[in-house]
Amino acid sequence: MKRFSWILWPIWMGLLTLPFMRIRGSLFVFIALTLGILLAKVIVPFIKSLEISSLFNLKSSITNLKSQITLHRLPFKIGIVLLLLFLPPFINRYHMDVITTAGIYVLLALGLNIVVGFTGLLVLGYIAFYAIGAYTYALLNTHYSIPFFLALPIGGFTAYLFGFLLGSPVLRLRGDYLAIVTLGFGEITRLVLNNWDEVTRGPNGIAEISRPVIFGFTFREPLHYYYLILILVLLTIFVTVRLTRSRIGRAWEAIREDERAASSMGIHVTAMKLLAFAISAAFAGVAGVFFAAKQTHISPESFTFWESALVLSMVVLGGMGSIPGVVTGALTLIIFPEILRGFEDYRMLLFGVGMVLMMRFRPQGFLPPKRRTIR
Amino acid sequence: MFQQQLLNGILLGSLYALIALGYTMVYGILELINFAHGEIYMIGAYSAILILALLTSVHSSPPVFFLFLILLPLSMILTASYAATMERIAYRPLRNAPRLSLIISAIGMSLFFQNYVMLTQGARDKVFPQDIAKDLSLWLSEVFQKFFPPESLTPTGLTLFGAQLSFVDLLTILSSIILMVILQLFIKRTKTGKAMRATAQDVNMCKLVGIDVDRIIRVTFIIGSSLAAAAGVLIAANLKYGRVHYFMGWIIGLKAFTAAVLGGIGNIPGAMVGGFVLGIIESLAAGFISSEYKDVYAFVILITVLIIKPTGLLGERVPEKM
Repeated sequence: MKRFSWILWPIWMGLLTLPFMRIRGSLFVFIALTLGILLAKVIVPFIKSLEISSLFNLKSSITNLKSQITLHRLPFKIGIVLLLLFLPPFINRYHMDVITTAGIYVLLALGLNIVVGFTGLLVLGYIAFYAIGAYTYALLNTHYSIPFFLALPIGGFTAYLFGFLLGSPVLRLRGDYLAIVTLGFGEITRLVLNNWDEVTRGPNGIAEISRPVIFGFTFREPLHYYYLILILVLLTIFVTVRLTRSRIGRAWEAIREDERAASSMGIHVTAMKLLAFAISAAFAGVAGVFFAAKQTHISPESFTFWESALVLSMVVLGGMGSIPGVVTGALTLIIFPEILRGFEDYRMLLFGVGMVLMMRFRPQGFLPPKRRTIR
Repeated sequence: MFQQQLLNGILLGSLYALIALGYTMVYGILELINFAHGEIYMIGAYSAILILALLTSVHSSPPVFFLFLILLPLSMILTASYAATMERIAYRPLRNAPRLSLIISAIGMSLFFQNYVMLTQGARDKVFPQDIAKDLSLWLSEVFQKFFPPESLTPTGLTLFGAQLSFVDLLTILSSIILMVILQLFIKRTKTGKAMRATAQDVNMCKLVGIDVDRIIRVTFIIGSSLAAAAGVLIAANLKYGRVHYFMGWIIGLKAFTAAVLGGIGNIPGAMVGGFVLGIIESLAAGFISSEYKDVYAFVILITVLIIKPTGLLGERVPEKM
């Protein structure tokens, strides 16, 4: 009897979906699940029986490849940068646009990684700082015609300030409460942008934001934005790497591992958390300025909770605290849905399922961080 | 004006309280912010409409009191099945994982449910059938005539302290209070309720004394989601608010969560009090300050409470679990 108890799953799911999907839909669910489970029942033992011989080789070759990459780290990295530098002639404008968008998310994910990955604090309203950066540039530009390259640091600093102001009362709280407060902050920001018509023009948003100009050269083509974001991303990666290897970065990691121990080693825990929070906000602010300049039109609907959730999933799926992991996570989550354009309607559904499955089977992410340890 | 806003606030608060209970019970045991709970409420509202369509296709005009008797429990059962399945698939395998993984899983489930309903039911609003809502109102007026003095009754509702309240509103408030009383009795008087309270205090200790913790968690999800489903059915039947759509659960879920925090998260009477307080504050602020920002107040309250008194109105100090 127990051998066939799995058949209850498809029956249960079929019944569950019956009111929503009608008879045909729920029959489909039933049959698909039955076949899926049967297939898994056949395939999994099959793979397991193979493991001793061929899969072992595969595993060792993967580890081999990994060690090769670590051995030739610098050439490998330079190779990737060169590839990205010389990619544009071989791809079309649409691809460049997708990569630019992915680049913005890499900035965001790297920023969020500082606070979630390095310091171990959960932040759920991260997109608010992105919105603050974007609106800072949009307002300064449309009212006082501040140019892009001046606005970049201003946007970052404004977001930093907001992060500091929000963080200073909140970071003394327990971990979960921080998550909730930032979630609330994210919603407040979006709602204020949506309703403060006199300043933000409400749901219509702000249009006709200037494109970036440098020495009389205007960025208008996707190609220009491609190189601009590439520079920004490389700069951000550089800054993040330097940060993690600094005294501050080590303090963050110590706090993540054990707050009490860190505190007793003389680390000012609250100040360090506040610094991480504000710096990560500043990253988002910079990304926001770039976003506003690229779109030339921004509205509150770009800054919903789902964006925060998306960035958080990039960090978690990529591997919290690992810079290559986070970059991979961001690229995957932006580029993969573009490949799935044919399944447009099912994208977000699959995305949700993917998040659940990932947490189930590989919670440490694609590329978990390597700990620098002395053994 | 004040009385009217107060009554609206109580109505809103009863819904917040019903949903907040699910958040608070799950948080009490798993320390998980169950982001999919708002979607469970949405599924409850959809279940009401789908089951009603099913019933009317079997019998052209079923008697209203029968409908009322069967619609609420059926929707609650269907929604609870969804929640129990979600718990089994997305949360139980992560029992020993870090809490961040659980939260990501919950966000994933929330995305899944929204898109599942959008794909199967379409992105357009659904509305409770007009004629059935009218029948329900008529039947309720007959019932309430026996309890309220005739001078307070109008054809569509009743007048209380100079404020209007429709029959369905009254039904909503009364049924949520009844459900909360039942819940309180269940928690305090039954063996399972006792086990739930014990599990919220110390999971490992409960395992030691032979409580089936997995079962208790399942029961918690079932009860919490049934209450949310009841809120969904009641709002679907209320034509004043009753537009049912696939993202209806998101903002109300956040507000209900605020209510749970306001009352002290993990604390069951706290969630009820928090729900009513939040509903009343929000309604009064929307009436007297500005209705444009009516969604902002909840979050401002949330942040203020967490900064000033993180344990909430009724919560006691909990030591951080290691």
